[in-house]
Amino acid sequence: MARPFTPKVITANDLIEGDVIYFKADDSWTRDLAEAELIVDEAEAQLRLLDAEKQNISIVGAYLADAKAGEHGPEPVHFREDFRRKGPSNYSHGKQEALANV
Amino acid sequence: MYKYNAFDEAFLAERNAQFRAQVARRVDGSLTEDEFKPLRLMNGVYLQLHAYMLRVAIPYGTLNSAQMRQLALLAEKWDKGYGHFTTRQNIQYNWPKLNDIPDMLDALGEVGLHAIQTSGNTIRNTTADHFAGAAADELTDPRPYAELIRQWSTDHPEFQFLGRKFKIGITGSPNDRAVVKAHDVGLRMVEQDGEIGFEVIVGGGLGRTPMVGKVIRDFLPQADLLPYLEAVLSVYNVLGRRDNKYKARIKITVQENGIEKIRELVEARFEERRGEFDGTDQELLAEIKTHFTPPALRSGSTEAYQAAYETDPVFRAWADTNLAEHRDSDHAIVTISIKAHGATPGDASAEQMRVMADLAQELGYDELRISHQQNVILPHVHKNDLPAIHARLKEASLATANIGLISDIIACPGMDYCALATARSIPVAQEIATRFDELKLEHDIGHLQIKISGCINACGHHHVAHIGILGLDRAGVENYQITLGGDATETAAIGTRTGPGFAYDEIVPAVERLVETYLAIRTGEEETFLETYRRLGMEPFKTALYPEAQKKVA
Repeated sequence: MARPFTPKVITANDLIEGDVIYFKADDSWTRDLAEAELIVDEAEAQLRLLDAEKQNISIVGAYLADAKAGEHGPEPVHFREDFRRKGPSNYSHGKQEALANV
Repeated sequence: MYKYNAFDEAFLAERNAQFRAQVARRVDGSLTEDEFKPLRLMNGVYLQLHAYMLRVAIPYGTLNSAQMRQLALLAEKWDKGYGHFTTRQNIQYNWPKLNDIPDMLDALGEVGLHAIQTSGNTIRNTTADHFAGAAADELTDPRPYAELIRQWSTDHPEFQFLGRKFKIGITGSPNDRAVVKAHDVGLRMVEQDGEIGFEVIVGGGLGRTPMVGKVIRDFLPQADLLPYLEAVLSVYNVLGRRDNKYKARIKITVQENGIEKIRELVEARFEERRGEFDGTDQELLAEIKTHFTPPALRSGSTEAYQAAYETDPVFRAWADTNLAEHRDSDHAIVTISIKAHGATPGDASAEQMRVMADLAQELGYDELRISHQQNVILPHVHKNDLPAIHARLKEASLATANIGLISDIIACPGMDYCALATARSIPVAQEIATRFDELKLEHDIGHLQIKISGCINACGHHHVAHIGILGLDRAGVENYQITLGGDATETAAIGTRTGPGFAYDEIVPAVERLVETYLAIRTGEEETFLETYRRLGMEPFKTALYPEAQKKVA
């Protein structure tokens, strides 16, 4: 039996800033994982990745990352994506820094 | 140190202008990422987890104060106020924006620095003994040869598309501080019949298949260095595997073909190549050597040093750990620890870089070095200036007295920054250092090298650590394997795995158990951790690490 499909988000890095971005349902990009489109169908995920890659002029390295539905939107499954969502653990830099300055 | 001539300046300016145009073409969509990526890598620009990373070469680890100040300027102007010194004598900036990188490269060019060939399948920055030119045990300064290699390998048309990266390390001393046996080619200066030449070692490396290099040539006359290196590279370029990235390094080529066959092929190729060298390289070398004239060391009383040593216990502790023997008995080599307890190994703030630059300029003959152990060296300091230097380092939180001790940890950036990492390294290093500082055991433990890598590529040199830690991803959770008995010196050895790995919150207690065991079973204070391990082997340490398993056996 095929393994059940783990929901996905599409993530990449911004071409200029280099920071982590996520693909939204309206084909735009967000810096906030919670605003990303959570894709629950495997075939749909591949099609949405192609949609995201149409914007390769301004993004780098789009891929499908495992995610799960959370109270406020998608959440990471793997610790790597959790670091990408927040920033490094030795300094309050990256996305956690931006949040602290809100 | 080497000063760029008009050719070097023009070459670098042209190269930087090319990269500026390449960035512009990527941004306007003329280049795809697939086309742009090899171009940016050739110029040291990576895309990491959270941002771009710029890796700047510090050729053979040597800097002057103006260069160090410029590194500080880059950190402040285009990054987050700090830089990270790496295990290959480079400095990395973790947060640059793509649009700013051409300006950063131009700023580096102003002081004779660059990021060329700090990535990609090329000959990388040649690393050297960080005590070069100063060490008491040195035959001769290896840096002119390293500079010759830098000039020869930069943009060398034959070696821009190697099967894999290629790293050369060089030392002029019998005591190997440059880990030359873990390089694709290691060069060790040796004396034979009154002549100084090179012992050439090939096929060393860490990564997923760690190997200690093998001697391919006992003695290579100095004048034959470039033709012989070309012969090695040329044989590797033809014979090295390109079908499998993990079998592409020269260590695998040597392993699969045998050192005898490689030696035979290299010698044959060397005969061909040597004829193509018309002596221009030797003229260039002679010119380069004039840049490395040793500084005119001042003489004078060392009374102030003696007085401080006898009266100030904090200074004495620092002097005992952080000073090394200089070839001139009135001078010392100062290692500035970039490993304050609980801080990120190898990270220096812009302000700290300026303090070190000032000290070098005022009291250190304008010379600085970066070690593969991620510390900064003042290679020439008159002993009477040591108390003043120590006081100023203390003000800048740079006076940690821990060189060679358990908190002087090498750690790669790991999962906190690196796109390749499988687990974090930095917080493990921070916690080990903090823990042993709390226990106040560090000086009692003595010489003990811990090295941590956050993936199998082993940038943190864990294979050659007395206690090596490798962070892996086991079913979506960080897991840390321990190796024991590695050695990064002239008696190089690859460590042996102890057994199953440890979870993130178990790794520091595991290290503590290893150290407690060592303290309990060593013959005395003079026996180091590595010596105890060599005397008694793995068993006592295994028992300490895996008490449950021992119970089951019993």
